[in-house]
Amino acid sequence: MSSIGTGYDLSVTTFSPDGRVFQIEYAAKAVDNSGTVVGIKCKDGIVLGVEKLIPSKMLLAGSNRRIHSVHKHAGMAVAGLAADGRQIVARAKSEATNYERIYGEPIPVKELADRVASYVHLCTLYWWLRPFGCGVILGGYDRDGPQLYMIEPSGVSYRYFGTAIGKGRQAAKTEIEKLKLSDMTCKQGIIEVAKIIYGIHDEAKDKAFELELSWICEDSNRQHQKVIFKHNKTLLILFVWKEINTLF
Amino acid sequence: MAGSYGSTLRYKNVERIKSIGKHTLLGASGEVSDFQEILRYLDELIIYDDMWDDGNSLGPKEVHNYLTRVMYNRRNKFDPLFNSLVVGGVKNGQKYLGMVGMIGTHYEDNHVATGFGNHLARPLMRAEWHEDMSFEEAVKLLEKCLLVLLYRDRSAINKFQIAKITEVGVTISEPYALKTFWGFLAFQNPTKGAEGSW
Amino acid sequence: MDPDLSAPHSMGTTIIGVTYDGGVVLGADSRTSTGMYVANRASDKITQLTDNVYVCRSGSAADSQILSDYVRYFLNQHTIQLGQPATVKVAANLVRLFSYQNKNMLQTGLIIGGWDKYEGGQIYSVPLGGTVLKQPFTIGGSGSSYLYGFFDQAWKDGMSKDEAEKLVVKAVSLAIARDGASGGVVRTVTINAEGATRNFYSGDSLPLWHEELEPRNSLLDILVSGASPEPMSI
Repeated sequence: MSSIGTGYDLSVTTFSPDGRVFQIEYAAKAVDNSGTVVGIKCKDGIVLGVEKLIPSKMLLAGSNRRIHSVHKHAGMAVAGLAADGRQIVARAKSEATNYERIYGEPIPVKELADRVASYVHLCTLYWWLRPFGCGVILGGYDRDGPQLYMIEPSGVSYRYFGTAIGKGRQAAKTEIEKLKLSDMTCKQGIIEVAKIIYGIHDEAKDKAFELELSWICEDSNRQHQKVIFKHNKTLLILFVWKEINTLF
Repeated sequence: MAGSYGSTLRYKNVERIKSIGKHTLLGASGEVSDFQEILRYLDELIIYDDMWDDGNSLGPKEVHNYLTRVMYNRRNKFDPLFNSLVVGGVKNGQKYLGMVGMIGTHYEDNHVATGFGNHLARPLMRAEWHEDMSFEEAVKLLEKCLLVLLYRDRSAINKFQIAKITEVGVTISEPYALKTFWGFLAFQNPTKGAEGSW
Repeated sequence: MDPDLSAPHSMGTTIIGVTYDGGVVLGADSRTSTGMYVANRASDKITQLTDNVYVCRSGSAADSQILSDYVRYFLNQHTIQLGQPATVKVAANLVRLFSYQNKNMLQTGLIIGGWDKYEGGQIYSVPLGGTVLKQPFTIGGSGSSYLYGFFDQAWKDGMSKDEAEKLVVKAVSLAIARDGASGGVVRTVTINAEGATRNFYSGDSLPLWHEELEPRNSLLDILVSGASPEPMSI
């Protein structure tokens, strides 16, 4: 980081002499400090989970949502600046509806991810814009099955079996790697995601949080749907099993 | 369930009742392409509304009002959608039944009909409709109307769907045909004693 | 009789699309007219949109050409963008989009047929106003008026490829026999998992229908073989 502070980190349109664009790296930092967001692909669908940090106890529970539907068959979880995330969500929604308007069928998840990534990338190319301070995990279910993508502030997007962003991403990814995703159902997966998010949260050090969960699977009719659990760590395991079994 | 092309009954399996969201049924007569356009509008509307995921959803009243605006706005562009629409549904214990015409005219009533139905079906319904009809009574009344329309509307075919909507949800029947009656004695030889008449 | 040579080229046509077990067969005659004059007696009204989707065109030749050119362009772009073949549904929806949005300017009805790995063989009908309807079989063009009854009687579900193709050729030849605006040859395109195959049935190979005579080289042939040299006594 020797070139930081040499003036090359103030603009998105100027490379540093060693070929980096610092503003984009700073934007990624904003994501790294955020509550953890997890996405996994199970054999029958996608599960998204968010550790939504609560800035104030006065906030109405359930507000400032970080998981959004972007069409019937796709959902997006946001890490980083929530307001920037909403811009991306709005763009994803309009790309999805526009696609269906023209082609008469739901947008393939890959295509949606590509288009959103182009939009995110576009904001790294002009001096009068700043990169988005957020990364998103996009999950969807189309005719080729469930797919999971992550789009970073730089505008790159990759497809994953499971991934995480935010403060606890390293720990979360280590946990995800241990899962047998290929023979896990979403019903099992959603518990693992909940466990991971509770596991990486340090109650002593971290801010209070709300657990946000959603899935797209056969049980949800291949539609993106939020899933609500009571979020109390001590009750979690008890509730999860009880609720999972009463849900259906 | 016919889609006509001039006087040809070109398409004989066109669904003209569709469910809109959880609480609404929409029936249409007129241009099939325009009806499909309306369905696309509504599909987008419902998806857009559902994505908020705030627990709210559009009921029949909202859908009906939306359609009045769509129809009226199009007529103001001198490019109307060539349909008559029937909107019905139940939400929060409220029953709702309304009509929208191709230029945005609209009303609510206890029974509605489009096209020939206004002339042939509604008089029957005025005579027989009552507030506390059972489902079976309602079906019988509708079938009586449909049968008259089948006899007297050239573009009708013997293929119908009846849809039910309650607080519980929507059920649209399979397409089915009704038995017709040709047993009047006078039908056997109607011109007897009056050769050359019809 | 004024042939009205300045009339726009119109394809008084017979076009047909039929699904069968595993694919579709499209069929068309080959006559294009300007008023009463046959401007082209060997036209190709079955146009390729993509490797796996074809369209039968009827009505104004100009309108249907420009429409299918646009749709082909958009489908090619879409195929590149997705990195996989466009579905038949997407093709049909693009045809519908342009037909519906420009319904006041277009005089063309189309039948879209093709095969994709998701839904197999499909036929979509997009008539004049821009309605889309998925059908097991459909007929179009001026000649189709003569075929409704025939198809109601002869079409059946789950035909083999050969049965479907035979049906299509028979139907087009029947329509040619009754519709002055249809004529020439019968062209078919068969599309399935293996790809698309074109077939050509020349005008002199078609079956003869009611009141049609076996064609001959000359009257002289009849006179040679016939044993009636005597003039008729009137």
